[in-house]
Amino acid sequence: MDYSQFLHMPEEASLLAVILILFLADLFMCKEPKDGETISQKPSAINVVAIGLLSIHTLINLLPCCNGCMQATEAFGGMYQHTPMMTVIKSVLNIGTLVVFLMANSWLRRPENIVKQGEFYLVTLFTLLGMYFMISSGHFLMFFIGLELASVPMAALVAYDKYRYESAEAGAKFILLALFSSALLVYGLSLIYGATGTLYYSSVGALFSGDTLLSVIGLTFFLSGMGFKISLVPFHLWTADTYQGAPTVVTAYLSVISKSSAAFVLFTVLVKAFAGDSLMAEWNTGLYWIIIASITLANIFAIQQQNLKRFMAFSAISQAGYIVLGIMGGTAQGMTSIVFYILVYMVANLGAFAVINVIEQNSGKIRIDDYDGLYETNPHLSFIMTLCLFSLAGIPPFAGMFSKFFIFMAAFNAGYHWLVLIALINTVLSLYYYLLIVKAMYIKKNEHPIAQFQSDGYTRAALVICTTGVVVLGIGGVFYNYIDTLSYGIDKMLGAL
Amino acid sequence: METQFLYTILILALPFCSFLFLGLFGHKLSHKVAGLIGTTSLGLVFLLSLYTAFEYFFGIGRNVQGIYQALVPYNTTWLPLGNLHFDMGILLDPIAVMMLIVISTVSFMVHIYSFGYMHGERGFQRYYAFLSLFTMSMLGLVVATNIFQMYLFWELVGVSSYLLIGFFYTEKPAIAASKKAFIVTRFADLFFLIGILIYGYYAQTFSFSFVETGSVREFASAAFMLPTALFLMFIGGAGKSAMFPLHIWLPDAMEGPTPVSALIHAATMVVAGVYQVARMFPLWIAYAPDTLHIVAWVGAFTAFYAAAVACAQSDIKRVLAFSTISQIAFMMVALGVCMPLPNGASPELIDHEFGIGYMASMFHLFTHAMFKATLFLCAGCLIHAVHSNEMSAMGGMRKYMPITHWTFLIACLAISGIPPFSGFFSKDEILEASFAYSPVMGWVMTGIAAMTAFYMFRLYYGIFWGTENKEHHAECHPHESPLAMTFPLLFLTAITLVAGFIPFGKIISADGLAYDFLAHFNWALGAKSCFIALISIGLATWIYKGEKQPIADKMQNAAPHLHRWAFKRFYLDEVYQFITHRIIFKYISATIAKFDRKYIDGFFNFLAWGTHELGFQIRGFQSGSIQKYAFIFFLGALALLLVMIL
Repeated sequence: MDYSQFLHMPEEASLLAVILILFLADLFMCKEPKDGETISQKPSAINVVAIGLLSIHTLINLLPCCNGCMQATEAFGGMYQHTPMMTVIKSVLNIGTLVVFLMANSWLRRPENIVKQGEFYLVTLFTLLGMYFMISSGHFLMFFIGLELASVPMAALVAYDKYRYESAEAGAKFILLALFSSALLVYGLSLIYGATGTLYYSSVGALFSGDTLLSVIGLTFFLSGMGFKISLVPFHLWTADTYQGAPTVVTAYLSVISKSSAAFVLFTVLVKAFAGDSLMAEWNTGLYWIIIASITLANIFAIQQQNLKRFMAFSAISQAGYIVLGIMGGTAQGMTSIVFYILVYMVANLGAFAVINVIEQNSGKIRIDDYDGLYETNPHLSFIMTLCLFSLAGIPPFAGMFSKFFIFMAAFNAGYHWLVLIALINTVLSLYYYLLIVKAMYIKKNEHPIAQFQSDGYTRAALVICTTGVVVLGIGGVFYNYIDTLSYGIDKMLGAL
Repeated sequence: METQFLYTILILALPFCSFLFLGLFGHKLSHKVAGLIGTTSLGLVFLLSLYTAFEYFFGIGRNVQGIYQALVPYNTTWLPLGNLHFDMGILLDPIAVMMLIVISTVSFMVHIYSFGYMHGERGFQRYYAFLSLFTMSMLGLVVATNIFQMYLFWELVGVSSYLLIGFFYTEKPAIAASKKAFIVTRFADLFFLIGILIYGYYAQTFSFSFVETGSVREFASAAFMLPTALFLMFIGGAGKSAMFPLHIWLPDAMEGPTPVSALIHAATMVVAGVYQVARMFPLWIAYAPDTLHIVAWVGAFTAFYAAAVACAQSDIKRVLAFSTISQIAFMMVALGVCMPLPNGASPELIDHEFGIGYMASMFHLFTHAMFKATLFLCAGCLIHAVHSNEMSAMGGMRKYMPITHWTFLIACLAISGIPPFSGFFSKDEILEASFAYSPVMGWVMTGIAAMTAFYMFRLYYGIFWGTENKEHHAECHPHESPLAMTFPLLFLTAITLVAGFIPFGKIISADGLAYDFLAHFNWALGAKSCFIALISIGLATWIYKGEKQPIADKMQNAAPHLHRWAFKRFYLDEVYQFITHRIIFKYISATIAKFDRKYIDGFFNFLAWGTHELGFQIRGFQSGSIQKYAFIFFLGALALLLVMIL
């Protein structure tokens, strides 16, 4: 075996190094809470190490984005593929994970978590590694390993607050349904193997020129499995329960990082392995209805919610619908707009979750009507929350408006005019429920508002990153153009077929 | 891209940074520090603009043929839309560089002046933040590389003007005036936007580099659409530049602080419309020369109307406001009277007969900005001294405020067109262009120039000579203003003294070629206009200089209606009030509102109720039972399969 092939995967290698160092560090740095100590104010060593290492990893991976020396490579006989666009999406995921780590701090410092802080970092990074492999896979087996590596530890994360009934329940639900969906997905893969005799994307794509029933069933099960990961209707039912039960930080991670990576992979795999004309028409039809159902139903449910995390779950489902909108047609423009959308969605959603989390940690309140009159006591947090919600709703001049604009443009240019119209109408609907929260914070009066508090430094750093993102990405074009220069990657993928 | 001019980005970045800094942290700073930050950044912008101008006009601006070329030091695509794209960048050409000088000079002077004028006001830091925002937007407007960028900054300028007019937001008239200004200009901007969209649709570009893109030639096939687009853009420009009948916001805008009036409503923002027409001028002259007549006559009527109203106002800032409207209309006329070159004519002709209006307009823009800013800043000093805008509270002020008196006098002479002050030269060019267009236009404009001299000296005598309001003066002890306020007056007056001798024709002309202005100077016309101006001034002196003013009273008694009509601005505001409130609001809006409340709201309430009920009904899906979830999951997969197969 040619070991030099590992050099083609510097991002995975660097992340693995981070994981191994953390593994060792955790052995020596973990410490028991002293009796009577409630919330430790001092940053513990493992926090600093984890955040520091991940920052270094993020920066190292950003370097090739900045100096532009990125190339498409292959390793291990095409099992592992890599394009510049993948570097970008991995960097986006890195930044998101970093923000999650920052906001996790106030939660991890609770006495019941202080012993197992290191585990949180390790398990999270393992899922991230799984996503890396999933993104860079060139073979369905590799893809499946990545998928499982990204979802099994996720169940552990969801059940992290195991002393809490809801968290344990959410974990159980998540793992059971994840297994169910994986089983279905593997069954679909086996059908594909049966039909073509290979699991390489490129070969599958070449052999799937027409649509046999077998290939369509395979495609369906693949779509269902991915629909579960991205939480698209009708595979979304786990979402609300899991989001509500899981620790808020994990919910944030689930709703952004996990979802975004899966959406990106869905795009690349569909374009590579199911690119035959008739198959393409089929998955476009399937996605068409999935998108309409996701956006519309999620909006209807979101209006009803009283629990903020449940609310964010439905908001995330409808946002997923918008992300998948960029897949329609499988164009290079769609690829660019998806990556840009993910970036923008990430900062806005993580910002909102950071606020929810810090409020939950400080006051234990999570219902929307608890937020009444928040502006009176915590004006800065309310302001940031408002910015993030505006961005999620797509109000100019914040970043969300531009990302929605680009994704609509892509779908419109691909010829899906009615779909774009329905999505637009739903944008207006979503405005209503996002503004409900803004109204609660600014206008509604409350006898017992959430008390004023000072958020910790880590959370503030996370909030600064997210707010800057929401505002700065609003100048849109610059970043979009940069990503656009890379999306020839997709044409290359197509060219390789 | 010309990288040696890359530093011009700083011209925009500096005021923007100072706006952000003062806006976010201003309340933590003392007045002095906040003012110093704003003024320093503007000082740097001023120096950078001068340096840019020097480099451009004496350095690399000229190409080998001696034509000033348009340089684009920086350009980036902001929003790509397929073929069309919205760019953001910096364009340097003679008129843009000239505007940089005008804006940075006046803005810098106003920054200094405000130290004295706004001393101790509440919200001092906010004031400087807004000034920075305005300056940034205005600079961005003039260096725009494409019409869409211009529009964006155009709106920003409108917003900052709104914020500054309503700066004293506790006073009712200020709020009403700011709203009026914003709504009227915004109404006009709607047409501007439509014009831009039509233009973009047909020309497939927003860029100002008409020649290089070559798309304009294709555009000519849509022969009707281009003049329409240009005319719609002109309506937007007429709103900002206060052309009749969209001028009604400008007199009210005088409710803002006086330095703001000097900066925004005399020197910079109000000439944006003129600048816009000048910017699109190659298109106007090539494809819409007939529409250009409309520009000329709208301008001429506005000039006359505003001059007539100015003769009867008693509030000194209102007189200046109407005078501004009238002068801007002069610039519009100058652009409007340009004519396309007849076929086969030699290129020399364009300089002399056909393109002179373009140059005259820009020249007048420059000189007017300087002397009108001086006049407004003088008015600020006077208001500061007697705490009133009314002429009746003044009179005899020359004894108390010598510097203000002399600078005001020089500015008055300049605006009246007396040599050797700058206004004489620029106004003379405009008259010459008007006579070349048609003798009627020429004589009309000469008449208005005479009216200008008359009302300006009426104002001058009313303030500095005339009947002194001794009781009021005993009460408020008028005195000369501090140095922070007098220095800008002296500086701008110095420019007014020498600006006439700048060989403007060498710098700015319709085709970029230098043309010698002295060689073409029409001495007879100059003498004539100077003579008429002197007569008007003499007339004003005869009527208004004395302690008692029997002739003025007699005139007022002889034609009381005319005076009252002019004083009430020919009841135009009342007409607007009547049309909007009595007709549009009462009959059209009220009906629509009723329909809206009953049917539209009803429909949406129904929708909301429906969604709510639906959500309630389908809550069963979200039961929490995991077996059910898996079952629905599987059904979903089957449904998906069906959808895809069928």
